[in-house]
Amino acid sequence: MNETNATAAQAAQADRHAFGFWVYLMTDLVIFGVLFAVYYVLKASTFGGPSSNDLFSLSTALTNTIVLLTSSFTCGLATLAAWSKKLNQTIAWLAVTFMLGATFLTLELSEFSRFMSAGASWQRSAFLSAFFTLVGTHGLHIAVGLLWIAVAIVQLKVKGLTPSVVSKLDRFTLFWHFLDIVWIFIFTTVYLMGIM
Amino acid sequence: MKASLKSYITGFVLSLVLTLGAAWLVSAYISSGSSSRAMFTPDMLIGILLALAIVQLFVQLIFFMHLADESGPRWKLGALVSAVGIILIVVVGSIWIMNHLNYNMMASPADMNTYIQSQDGF
Repeated sequence: MNETNATAAQAAQADRHAFGFWVYLMTDLVIFGVLFAVYYVLKASTFGGPSSNDLFSLSTALTNTIVLLTSSFTCGLATLAAWSKKLNQTIAWLAVTFMLGATFLTLELSEFSRFMSAGASWQRSAFLSAFFTLVGTHGLHIAVGLLWIAVAIVQLKVKGLTPSVVSKLDRFTLFWHFLDIVWIFIFTTVYLMGIM
Repeated sequence: MKASLKSYITGFVLSLVLTLGAAWLVSAYISSGSSSRAMFTPDMLIGILLALAIVQLFVQLIFFMHLADESGPRWKLGALVSAVGIILIVVVGSIWIMNHLNYNMMASPADMNTYIQSQDGF
């Protein structure tokens, strides 16, 4: 009986933590919303420099999108494995998610360096300042997420699938899915609409 | 949708189809060259792309983030709706106000851009 109560209390606490984290995600969403607004307003202000049409490539943007979407999927598979108490499978899917996230970040940074060597740095025009701020903020979140995956893998190795580790993993999954949703709007309104 | 392998696979496949569909529409639009041969006007294409992104937003909220599972008072949904409300006000309001500001001072955003360049900043 006591054990049932303890499990119920743990589940209720995990629920509260998940909701608190959800509220943080929503405030983060507002930050991204403001950066999107800045980008839309300054998109035409190229100051004689390169425009979105000159810089963006559909194939690079599409590759990035597919890589991040796949990592969102594998991250969900890690959660499912954690819920069914499969430790090695959880760690394996997290490792795949990490590799895909790192690939995404590498592709994004090489795109940034290609822009900058073409003379399109954030100092060139208001359009480019807004672009680097919006996409760079998303990339910074991805970098923090990668650190989080590394910490989660260490915790899983040391502590195993305890309720507290699994509840942290659930919050990481929410964070990672959230970043993919923000990226859908970057892909659509920045890249696709920038090259059409 | 309850979290299961099926819900994740459904969400993943739907998201892939929506993403590739949007990319295909844009590449077809670019390769059609002049607007006279394109399937859509630019405004129509922007509307379609936005609609596809919003459908994908719902697909991922339901199949990946399991928003529809929430029972009892819908606090998560409430927080989401508040955030989206603030974002819509900020984004639509900014675009609206700044376009009118340019219009009232000169003419179009493009003319404003030329003016700012000729003055070397404001």
